[in-house]
Formats: sequence, structure tokens, C-alpha cells
Amino acid sequence: MINPKQQREPLSTQSEWTFELLETYDREIGRIAKEKFKLDTYPNQIEVIRSDQMMDAYSSVGMPINYNHWSFGKSFLSTEKNYQRGRMGLAYEIVINSNPCISYLMEENTMTMQALVIAHACYGHNSFFKGNYLFKTWTDADGIIDYLQFARTYIAKCEERYGFEEVEKLLDSCHALSNYGVDRYKRPNPISAEKEQKRQQEREAYIQQHINDIWRTIPKQKQDESCVEEVRFPPQLEENILYFIEKNAPHLAAWQREIVRIVRKISQYFYPQKQTQVMNEGWATFWHYTLLHEMYDEGLVTDGFMLEFLTSHTSVVAQPDFDSDYYSGINPYALGFAMMQDIRRICENPTDEDKEWFPDIAGSDWLETLHNAMENYRDESFILQFLSPKLIREFHLFLVEDDDESETIGIEAIHNKRGYQRVREYLSQQYNLGYREPNIQVYNVDIRGDRRLTLQHQMHDRKPLNDDTGEVIKHLHRLWEYTVVLDSVDEEGVTKQSFRCS
Amino acid sequence: MSYIIDRRLNSKNKSTVNRQRFLKRYRKQIRKSVSDAVNQRNIQDMKQGESISIPKKDISEPVLSHGQGGRRTVVHPGNKEFAEGDRLPRPEGGKGRSGQGEASDSGEGMDEFVFQISQSEFLEFMFEDLALPNMVKRQLMGTECFSYHQAGISEVGNPSQMNLVRTMRSAQARRIALGGKKRKKRRELQHQLAAFIDPLSKSEQLKKEDIEEEIEILTKKLNALPFIDEYDLKYNLKVKRPKPSPQAVMFCVMDVSGSMTQDIKNIAKRFFFLLYLFLQRNYKKIEVVFIRHHTQASEVDEETFFYDRETGGTVVSSALEKVSEVIHERYPPEQWNIYAAQASDGDNWPNDQAICHQLMTEKILPFVQYFTYIEIGGSQPQELWHLYQGIQKDFRDNFATSRVENDADIYPVFRELFEKRASR
Repeated sequence: MINPKQQREPLSTQSEWTFELLETYDREIGRIAKEKFKLDTYPNQIEVIRSDQMMDAYSSVGMPINYNHWSFGKSFLSTEKNYQRGRMGLAYEIVINSNPCISYLMEENTMTMQALVIAHACYGHNSFFKGNYLFKTWTDADGIIDYLQFARTYIAKCEERYGFEEVEKLLDSCHALSNYGVDRYKRPNPISAEKEQKRQQEREAYIQQHINDIWRTIPKQKQDESCVEEVRFPPQLEENILYFIEKNAPHLAAWQREIVRIVRKISQYFYPQKQTQVMNEGWATFWHYTLLHEMYDEGLVTDGFMLEFLTSHTSVVAQPDFDSDYYSGINPYALGFAMMQDIRRICENPTDEDKEWFPDIAGSDWLETLHNAMENYRDESFILQFLSPKLIREFHLFLVEDDDESETIGIEAIHNKRGYQRVREYLSQQYNLGYREPNIQVYNVDIRGDRRLTLQHQMHDRKPLNDDTGEVIKHLHRLWEYTVVLDSVDEEGVTKQSFRCS
Repeated sequence: MSYIIDRRLNSKNKSTVNRQRFLKRYRKQIRKSVSDAVNQRNIQDMKQGESISIPKKDISEPVLSHGQGGRRTVVHPGNKEFAEGDRLPRPEGGKGRSGQGEASDSGEGMDEFVFQISQSEFLEFMFEDLALPNMVKRQLMGTECFSYHQAGISEVGNPSQMNLVRTMRSAQARRIALGGKKRKKRRELQHQLAAFIDPLSKSEQLKKEDIEEEIEILTKKLNALPFIDEYDLKYNLKVKRPKPSPQAVMFCVMDVSGSMTQDIKNIAKRFFFLLYLFLQRNYKKIEVVFIRHHTQASEVDEETFFYDRETGGTVVSSALEKVSEVIHERYPPEQWNIYAAQASDGDNWPNDQAICHQLMTEKILPFVQYFTYIEIGGSQPQELWHLYQGIQKDFRDNFATSRVENDADIYPVFRELFEKRASR
């Protein structure tokens, strides 16, 4: 360990970066991260790219390789447009949950920004990917790049063989349903490219047989109609619509099933990221802040470096008020960073209030507590567990109820003693994907009749589905090829709304 | 352990394929947007790229989510004066503060998806499916295009053009030619030398030594022949040859009599400009001749053509006469692709009709690639229109007419005139 009093020479004093400097900074940051703060990371692969390459990376959902689809072109065009107009700066970094963990640095950045990004992405996000339970169980960092390569090649082959229009239509339909291509509760098998390729051919043959089995509609013997119990298929509700389609759609060819599978696997891969935005960004921001301060204490960076870094850091964690023009919801960086800092504070300098609210962590070892929080929570549970009254006060959080049956909207709770608990509960709920996205599941297939597929939307708080629903049902119909019905059912089991495509 | 990799030299445009697919998929919408842009644009910036906007709903990717309505609760930051239990009027727009910000990354203009296409893409869309009729009928010599051709071997040239095989061959030939006699002599001497049989008499011994000496001298001389000499060097000769390149001339003919208002002229100008751009895509070299007329015709420069005001009656034949004159003086039809566009309000002096008819059918239409006539303004077709309708029957292939009422018609009419025709 280095004695903090022992001041060393700054690593650099210029704002220009060089590859040697990047290495030096990375080595120093890595040393502090590992030795002092026990951050466990995948090996880093740091790639320096130009801004136009950054735009490319942006538009293929941040992945270094992906299959071709017009929607990525669309997102590229809008990124390019916004960038040229100066409406948005590009993100300083993109980091990919893979092993080795790939991070992109833009060549335009100054040395300070590069150091910030290295601390943020290569040690912050990287350790989160490696440590958080969701990522551990749901994604396979070793396999993802290979899998994407497999997907890209496979889809390109299909385009050659079946025409790119056919493939595009299929992908459109799958994309429309990709949010419903994830297992929310079941634990999936991590994907691995090699196995995937080997199993793929076996699967093709097997699935086709299996499906024919379901559709064997001729009854073995005539039975009295009345005593036939209505059999539902699937016997339990199925939340993963794309999975259901892949396994059971009557007429899809083997290659089409494979593409459905690819889309749902990739969707599944991103699922943990959607559930840990606040934590992931908070964790990474906390660490770039802490690591760079540590460097400053060791004398490795200059005052000028810190000023530039703090300017950038401050704008990243700014939280505009609800009535500001810049407001677009709660900034995950702001909330996440504040909570991480707050946990450290509760551990190190607990107040009486903290001791009352957080008896088990107040006064504990902050590093251990923080690691524990990072590893075992997701946004929803993290907020429910760790959002302190102090932060609620600092953010001036308040709870609004907007009921369309009422003329006015109501303030339900504010940052006072009676409000803390409710604000915290509702904010946590806001990050629950199951609550944010409509709960839609496969309810039944009329396997003895016209093969109609029925989905059920369990309404919550009378919230209806959006205007896209009709379109999405059409996409589902394209995959299923028989009548598709989606019923919105309220808490009492009454069907409020029904979409149909036949 | 970290690896730092410099990827800056990797190819860019990884998204090109995806971008192309997007453009292809929304071809129809983009074309409409281009066509709107053409109508609104100033002529000067007709050639720039364009920002295309497509209604967002056309290109949206539908996803399932909650719609408006029902009961929802949201936590917001930045409370200032609210207390628990306050009731407030619903803010404008209902969902304005829903927090799940609707595509707020693109700011205003949320109903439109806006993006940029390049100049060449813009022209591509603008002239898509259009073709110049009779374009390949004549393609003759222009002057600025050359290609290099092999034209034998030369004694002079630069080292990079050296022809090694020919050089070596010539060097060998020289060595054979220059050394032939000596080599023959040496062979003879060597035979003689071999004829001596031991033991040798004294005189024989001397003779042998003489011969040996002579052989040695000959060998030295032969070895002194240079392996390669300056005049052995041979070079590939390349000659510049002019390459045939299609060239075109475009005649803009416009009536500037009193009845032509500035509005009508602007419409005509748009038309001429479109034609010019279109020709430019197809021909490397284009010359433009502006001819305006009232009762007399004159060739003028562009500025005068569009902006100078003139008054007076209308004698169309004067302009046609002028066109024909310029063609024969400067643009021999066997060397030039000739296009002509005439814009007018259709007025003509009744007695002139017959002359026009004759000029058109005998002196102009047989020589031009394509002649377009647009009649601008007015609800009723005028004299010239009737006349040209009659002519058109005999020159279906290279004579087209159309009527235009206002600015917005120009582009559609242009497309109509140059629509690709399958049956040609």
C-alpha cells in the first residue's frame, strides 16, 4: 500500500493523450481499484475509436457486431443528424458486457476524459458486470461476442438463401415482440456460441417433429363432448411470447425459428441492463469519482486535471427539477451516484436517523456493504432497501397520483416523516419492469379448433395498452399465421379491451 | 491486465448496409420528401443534399406498452411548494411529465423523423426512374478525356516504363553481332591447339605459345564487350488517345414578350434548371444556349435571359430560326447531343404558325435528341399548343409537350416528360 502522504509526480500535465499515457493511467487506476477497493473485473480491452465509429457503435445497440437490419440504419441516421446539429454530444464511452470487457474511448477526448472513462467503464461497469447477480445468472460474458458472430453469419446466410425481404419481415415481427422475448423469472441457460452452433441443427429436426405432435388433431376416440374437460395449451401462462412462438408456431420453417431464437436470446442478454440502470451507472460513477480522488490524494494527477474532471462529473450527475425544461425523468446517474455515496456515508458517519432506518448497515464496513449491495440487488430492490430519508429530502422527491377518473392530480406524499416510506416504495416500483411494462402472457391456443392464439393482458390500475398494440398483434399474426387475440382483463377478470387479427 | 487497441484506422461506415436498407425501405416516402423539396427550393441550392423528413408514424417500430389512462403514480424530484394532499390541475398535454420521456432525445419536431441525405443521393431520388430518350444515338468526341494506349517500343522513356525482355534481347543481339568474328577466330585457334600432339618440336612449341597468346587476347576482347549498353535500352511507348465522351448542348428557349410575367419566367426557370441538372447527370460536358424572343430572337447570357424585361408581340418562328441557326453554326448534330426546352405562355402571332410548323418539322426536330415544350399558365391551351399537338403526331419519339399551371406542377411534369419508356 502506498502511504497517502507520500506524494508522487503527476502522471501527466498536458491535456493530450498518448498510448503510453493511457497505459500508465490504466495501470495506476487498476492498481488502486484492485488493491485498495477490491474491485474484481474481467480483463479490459480498451479500444480507441473515432467519433464516426462511435456513431456506428451506437446504432447497433452498442454491440461491436450485429446482424443487419434497417432499424439500425434508422437509428444511425438520427444519431448522425443529432450529432451534426450539435444537439447531443456523443457518450464518452460505450462498454460491453463481455469477457474481456470491451470499452470504447473516443480519440477526441482529452487525457482527463480518457482517465475518467477508464475509471468509469473499465473498472466501474466492468466490476458490476462481473459481480452483479443478474448478470451472473442471465448473461454469459464469455460467449456473447461469439454468439453475435454466429447470429450475424446465420442471418446473412438466411438472407442469401431466402431473400432479404423475407428475413427483414421476420425480424420486424420479432423486434416488435422482443420485450416479450425474455424469461422474467425462470433462470435461463447461459448462451454459448459453440454449443449453440452444434445444437442448432439437432434442434431444427427435433422441433419440427415436436410441433407436428401438438398439431395432431385427430382424436383417438370419440368422446362425449360434455365430459371433455377443456384443456388449455399451454397448461400454464407463458410470459415469454417469442419462446412460445419459436417452439409452437405451426408453420414457421426451421430457419425462421432460429431467427426468433436469436432475437429473443439477444433481448434476454440486455434484460439485466434494463433492470440495473440506476445501480450500474451509480456504481460506475461512484468509482470514477472515488478512484480519481484517490489518484489526486496520491499526487498522481494535477489540480487542473481535477477541475476538468469535476466539471464533467458535475454535469453528469445533475438532476433537473420536475419543472425544468431539461427534465426528462430521474437521472439514473444522479440517483445512483447519490445513493452509493449515501451508503458510504451511512456506514462511516451514521446519524440517529440512519441508525433507526438502517440498523444493520449503519457503522459497518462501507466497502463490504457497498460490494454486497452491488452484487445482490437490482434497481427495484436496491431503492427499496437503501434509499434514505436524507436523500429523499435532498432530491425533494414527491409522489404524484394521476387518475383519469379525477379532474385533478394529487400530491400523495412528500419528503416528510409520513412520506418517506411511500415515496421510497413507489420510486422502487417505478423501476420494476414487471410494473412498467404491461403484463401480457400467452393464455391459450385452440388446438382442437381453429388454432386461435389468445393472449391475456392483466390490467393494473386500469392502465390500457397503447396505440401500437394493433400493429404488434399484426406482427404476432405474421408469426403465428392463424387468428391472434389479445384481451385486456382487469383485476376482476372482466375483459375491457380486445385486439384481434385474423 | 488491459489491452489497449487502436481501432481508429478500422473501416468506418460499418452502418452503411443498414443505412442503405433504411433508404430502400422508405424509398416512397423519401421520394415524396425530395419532390416537396424540389418544389420549395431555390434553384441555386437545388444541388445540395437535403434533410429529409418522414412522418414518424410511418417508420415507427411498434412495441407494446401502456397507453394513456388509468391510474398512475410517479415520483418526481424538485418539490418546491407542494404538500401532501394538495390537488392540482392536470398539466397541459396530460402526460407531459410522465417521466418516461417520449423520445425526448430528438427535441422538437417529434412527429417527424428527420435525417440527412447527400447531394448525390438527393439527385438520385430526384431523377429516379427517369431516362433521357435517345441518349445513345450519338456519342462522339469530346476533348477533355484521354486514355493511354500501348503503342509499340521506343528508344527513349523513363525507367519505370522499361521493357526488360526487349532490352535484354537487344543486348544479347549486340553482343552476338559484335563478338561473332572474334569468337569464330578463337574457335579455329582452339582447334589448331588441339591438333598439337606431344612431344612437340621447338618450332611447334613456339607456334603453340603464339596461338595460346592469341586466344587469350581474343578472350579478353570478348569479355570487354559490355553486357548491356545504353542503346540496348527499350521502353514501352504509351500514347495519349482522346476518348469518346458524350457531350450535349441544351437550348433554353423562352418567350419574353409582355405577356410573360416574372412568375411565369420563374416557373420556366425551374424547368430549365431541372433539365440542366438532369443532363448533367448523364453527360460529362454540357453547354447551354439561352435564346429569348419577342418579335425578334437573340442569344443572351443567363442573367439577361431570366431577369431582363422586354415587351412587344410574339413571333415564335424568330426563336426557332435562331435555334436552327446556332445548331448549324456551332453544334453539328453529328457531334452533339442536342436537347431543347421551350417555355412560353403559348401566345403566337397567327400568321407565324405556318412558318413555325415548317421550321420545327424540317430544321429542328430531325436534328435534336429531345425537344420539350411547356406551356405555362392560362386555363386554355393557346395557339402554340395546338400547333405543336399537330406536329407531335409525327415526332412521337423526340418531341414532348406539357402544360403547367404553377410552381408545384413543374416537378411532376418534368417526371412525366422524362419517364422511362419501356417500348423504345
